[in-house]
Amino acid sequence: MMSTAHVLLGVLAAQGVSHGYELKHEHDRRLLGVRPLAFGQLYTTLARMLRDGYIVEAAHQRVGGPDRVAYRLTPEGMTALDGWLSRAVPPAVHVSGELFVKVIVALLATPDEVTARSYLAAQRAAHLARMRELTAVKTGGSASVTELAAADYLLNHLDADLRWMATTLDRIGQLRSEVRS
Amino acid sequence: MSAPILHAEHMEKWYGPTAALRDVSVSIDKGEIVAVTGPSGCGKSTLLHCLSGILAPQRGSVRFQGREIGTAGEAERSRLRRTVFGVLFQFGQVVPELTGIENVTLPLQLGGLGYRDAAVRARALLDRLGVGDLAGKRPGEMSGGQQQRVALARALVTEPQVLFADEPTGALDSLAGEQVMVELVRLAREHGTTVLVVTHNAQVAAYADREITMRDGRVDSDGRSDNYGRDNSSDGRGDGDHRVVLRGEVR
Repeated sequence: MMSTAHVLLGVLAAQGVSHGYELKHEHDRRLLGVRPLAFGQLYTTLARMLRDGYIVEAAHQRVGGPDRVAYRLTPEGMTALDGWLSRAVPPAVHVSGELFVKVIVALLATPDEVTARSYLAAQRAAHLARMRELTAVKTGGSASVTELAAADYLLNHLDADLRWMATTLDRIGQLRSEVRS
Repeated sequence: MSAPILHAEHMEKWYGPTAALRDVSVSIDKGEIVAVTGPSGCGKSTLLHCLSGILAPQRGSVRFQGREIGTAGEAERSRLRRTVFGVLFQFGQVVPELTGIENVTLPLQLGGLGYRDAAVRARALLDRLGVGDLAGKRPGEMSGGQQQRVALARALVTEPQVLFADEPTGALDSLAGEQVMVELVRLAREHGTTVLVVTHNAQVAAYADREITMRDGRVDSDGRSDNYGRDNSSDGRGDGDHRVVLRGEVR
């Protein structure tokens, strides 16, 4: 599982010594396309990393305002980071996407295929609109390679959904018979 | 609202007893980039061939800038393809015996331009497409993506009003395909070229302003009437907002 702690360990490994605000800034700057880190989450995660011995306080810095605590990685933190980086993410065991669930529930809870079909059409339109937005990132000319990679990641997943929706639409009659039996 | 650059009504195209197009009507505006998608055998390539004058439909009309081309003779359709239309296929069909630059100058020379002037324009376009250093090489010495960029240069060097592309990335790996599509769209936008791209690939279709899907020789859906075309996408988010778009946030 991806945890914010592992990502922050990686950012801190790159920075050497860094305080919370810098870590958040680097996190958001490097991981374009990933949800920006909220301050609440940042500080609770740092507290947990301290408790677990992955980081230690390296210095207290005063930059105008309040004291800022700078952190550095411990050998345990480095080991935890190495372990996370080398472990394969387990491929999903269960279907976690809402699309699949909606189609089945639509067939289960309504008397015919109309709801499922119109849901799939609406979902397809929404996916295509998002794909057009992401593709505009590629043609805009100002995107960084990280942004291109992030756009590609999202585009390929949306494309996979579209192909699944097309196949499901092709067999929706059979699917309905089975769900309603 | 200007008149459409291409307008087809009630087109029918049969191959023997098999209908490839049944009562197909489409309208395409100048400068629009339109994707035609659908399963294989749905008639999407036939639609492109009829709109570009490669084939003539048995019934219905095809008008380019208001002029009927569906019933025009082969000579007239051939002239249109040479002067105002550009075509790009899955396999670029670059001439293997000619160098990159000779492939690109070819349509200009066919139009009567001397080689020297043609070469200047061809070279500029090849440079623009990042394959200028391949000007003196033959297709056999190029990768598939490089050949397709040369083919794209050849299709665009006459500054056609409409570019017809049939599975232009179908034979390329995804990164090479992306390079071809990105350049195709950028050049088309710069010159106001209308583009009709036939593809079964949703990621290629996403470069378009609008998607027409076909099924069994008929138009199954048309982004224009379904209202998720360019009117929706031009919601004020400029090109500078990529980070915002990527993060799915709207400020």
